[in-house]
Amino acid sequence: MTEVGTARRRKEDARLLTGRTQWTDNMQLPGMAYVAFLRSPMAHARITRVDVSAARGLPGVIAAYAGADFAEEQGSLPCAWPVSEDIVIPDHPPMAVSEVRYVGEAVACVVATDRYKAADALDAIEVDYEPLPPVLDMNDALTEGSPKVHEAGNQAFTWRLTQGDVDAALRDAPVLIDRTYIQQRLIPTAMEPRAVMATSDGESFTLWSATQIPHVLRLMLALTTGIPEHKLRVIAPDVGGGFGSKLQVTAEEVLCLLLTRKTGRPVKWTESRSEGNLTVHHGRDQIQHVTLAAEADGRIRGLRVELLADMGAYLMLVTPGVPILGAFMFNGIYKMDAYDFNCTGVFTTKMPTDAYRGAGRPEATYAIERVMDELAAELNLDPIEVRRRNWIRHEEFPYTTVAGLTYDSGNYEAATDKALSLFGYDKLRAEQGDRRDRGDPVQLGIGVSTYTEMCGLAPSRVLGSLSYGAGGWEHGSVRMLPTGKVEVVTGSSPHGQGHETAWSQIVADALGVPFDDVSVIHGDTAISHKGMDTYGSRSLVVGGVAVLAACEKVKEKARKIAAHVLECAPDDVEFSEGTFRVRGTDSGKTIQELSLATFAAHDLPDGVEARLDADATVDPDNFSFPHGTHLCAVEVDTETGMTKIRSYVAVDDVGKVVNPLIVEGQVHGGIAQGVGQALYEEAVYDAEGNLLTSTMADYLVPSAADLPAFVTDRTETPATSNPLGVKGVGEAGTIASTPAVVNAIVDALRPRGVHDVQMPCTPERIWRALS
Amino acid sequence: MPRIAITVDGIAYEEEVEPRLLLVHLLRDRLGKTGTPIGCDTSNCGACTVLLDGKSVKSCSVLAVQADGSAITTIEGLAANGTLHPMQRAFHEEHALQCGYCTPGMVMAAIDMLRDDPEPSEESIRHGLEGNLCRCTGYCNIVRAVRRGAQDMAVKTP
Ligand code: FES
Ligand code: FES
Repeated sequence: MTEVGTARRRKEDARLLTGRTQWTDNMQLPGMAYVAFLRSPMAHARITRVDVSAARGLPGVIAAYAGADFAEEQGSLPCAWPVSEDIVIPDHPPMAVSEVRYVGEAVACVVATDRYKAADALDAIEVDYEPLPPVLDMNDALTEGSPKVHEAGNQAFTWRLTQGDVDAALRDAPVLIDRTYIQQRLIPTAMEPRAVMATSDGESFTLWSATQIPHVLRLMLALTTGIPEHKLRVIAPDVGGGFGSKLQVTAEEVLCLLLTRKTGRPVKWTESRSEGNLTVHHGRDQIQHVTLAAEADGRIRGLRVELLADMGAYLMLVTPGVPILGAFMFNGIYKMDAYDFNCTGVFTTKMPTDAYRGAGRPEATYAIERVMDELAAELNLDPIEVRRRNWIRHEEFPYTTVAGLTYDSGNYEAATDKALSLFGYDKLRAEQGDRRDRGDPVQLGIGVSTYTEMCGLAPSRVLGSLSYGAGGWEHGSVRMLPTGKVEVVTGSSPHGQGHETAWSQIVADALGVPFDDVSVIHGDTAISHKGMDTYGSRSLVVGGVAVLAACEKVKEKARKIAAHVLECAPDDVEFSEGTFRVRGTDSGKTIQELSLATFAAHDLPDGVEARLDADATVDPDNFSFPHGTHLCAVEVDTETGMTKIRSYVAVDDVGKVVNPLIVEGQVHGGIAQGVGQALYEEAVYDAEGNLLTSTMADYLVPSAADLPAFVTDRTETPATSNPLGVKGVGEAGTIASTPAVVNAIVDALRPRGVHDVQMPCTPERIWRALS
Repeated sequence: MPRIAITVDGIAYEEEVEPRLLLVHLLRDRLGKTGTPIGCDTSNCGACTVLLDGKSVKSCSVLAVQADGSAITTIEGLAANGTLHPMQRAFHEEHALQCGYCTPGMVMAAIDMLRDDPEPSEESIRHGLEGNLCRCTGYCNIVRAVRRGAQDMAVKTP
């Protein structure tokens, strides 16, 4: 039986469903103390005095420190993506010493015997601040005379990508669409808050963290703190969602290591949700000025993008790289000859931004898909038709885009046709017309999003050319045990994606062993010594492929041993469904039997080691480019501004599918997050730089009652850049859905002269757009 | 310090607790019942949902002293003799969990919802679970799982 393609129920579920999960906050070590941080209430201020002495004497308090106490050892939090020559990377102390630059920045901490006492003692710490002006608006920040976030000014970097002659394309263009869109700031809101536990025997350190990136984290923490890499073990136990927010090297991780060293005790810190809303990196926050030039028949001549990207107060792990990833995606699935992208990164006194599900690609996709609808409206064309006139046709793949990427495969026609029929497009258009004619107060809008994205990050050489600080390979090991069972060690680091199940399916097919005979280990640098971790929809495309490559090596080793045991030449041995046979005979041995024979090693061929295990490091030679067509019907009550998603159809092409159940789940969750951006979510700062949406009561993550059932289906155009033919799926839904929803809302209101509604499209904003 | 008597998943405990100690912290930090997680500090997420004398409560919004004399069921106490509760099984079959952080609360809230409405419609499931947030699944499969769990529970107890 082939496992790949089967809707296997997940191996992970058993522990998650019975409460036997190992969340970081579940763990306790003997003598462990709890850490609490005092955080700045000011967006921008000089710290003139911190006095922790009163806290030190309180019952249960083991230690209390201010930033100055760490000044010699805390280093600066890393930015691994210096995107340009002109980039300014300010010093970023894990605990502020002399100046705070956003509300929530840590200024002092307490270590105590329980969490309540630690929190209590924070009240006894005195801090004096000398207020400095906050910097909150990106446009203002770039004007001369603006208060400065950092000495060097508020411009973090500039970055340009240009191809063809955009000025010529725009000049005398029959149609020019010129729009400004705001990508509001979002809070990723993984359901598991961050948590860190650290311990040391005086020489070596172990850090548990709710992180997506144990391997990257170990390296970065070693470089930041000076703890030698081989004396530092990082463990990501069960991790409750990430969406990019746990792709970070955080102040709290560094400080917990330093605190265990200072106090000689194991320490644990777990954030509260309100603390997390303030201090988990935020996402999006861009102002996009987009100009699209087209011929009278709707064919695109060229595209110009002027982007302001809010970095927040500091550059964190990949902060400046996020808008740069978007640079390659503004052209979407469309053909054009001229493209010009200019981005300026801007410092403000807000929480730094960084990767959030899609990281740069949702923003870009939103802009192009919104503008395509505007183009259709301008020309009085159906939005599907205007896309058809511009998209890359399936026979044109591989296709090198104006942004310089080579899309290896795709079939936009097939996905769109399937989506249209599932959606009942014509019927809904007819209903829309009917409601318009009747002047129904509840209008119907239809939103289209034909997206693609680049994922499976990424070819190391490409990352190098973009000044990224590391490669994009992934590592996998496969080892056969004496009983024929298989252990797989992966460098990917799952936090909900189901690697244990999917990797087992891949290995079961490759080695011809039962699914249940495979177990998958991950997330501990002492066991999985090498990895690049999980983000950018890369796990399957790079990590799964690495595991497959290791299986192939194991098979080659086994083949030699099989030939010896079967007394024939290796070339005369054929392998199928787990058994090596002498070609043309029934005589054979299973790979699981050979595993025991290898362990015993009584009769191995000369020069063959007694092991059936192998490692592989795989570096992809291209990104993967999932694509699809999402269609959304929204009812908009023009009297109240209330919206209701009537139906939502997603047809995605993620190449070959290893587990359709997992793929569907990723698409569902992705769509929900994109809908969240379209309708509900926004991190709001007031004029003083206080975060107003610091709790779950204020920052609205959609509930079951806010969302409809999504209809999902697939087309399958295999990727040509990896042997499994797979493309990533983790971010696709989020990238696709935001413009589908907003396009639908604008489509409903267009006869009333509405061309845009700023996200999140709340009833109030819609109502205002109408009046 | 007040002394409370409380039964958790069938085991009786007597504990001295600070009056301000939250039930969820009693469960997690004192009794080692870490199957029930914490997702927020404003009673919005539902991750911490347990059954208190058979009714669902958010254990982050109940003081340990308020639970004195009561019986608590957590996700850890649902499976009997190694057999999953029908609702747990339905979540597994329908792939209603990804990271699983919301799952304990979601399962407990779903079981409680069926006491009043043993055959819920899609709409009533969505409204019934409004107080339980999931960031991973988009809820489609959770809704399916609750329907399936409801059917399986009805078969089990006619
Ligand atoms: S922890 Fe969020 S409701 Fe209890
Ligand atoms: S499964 Fe991750 S929050 Fe629900």
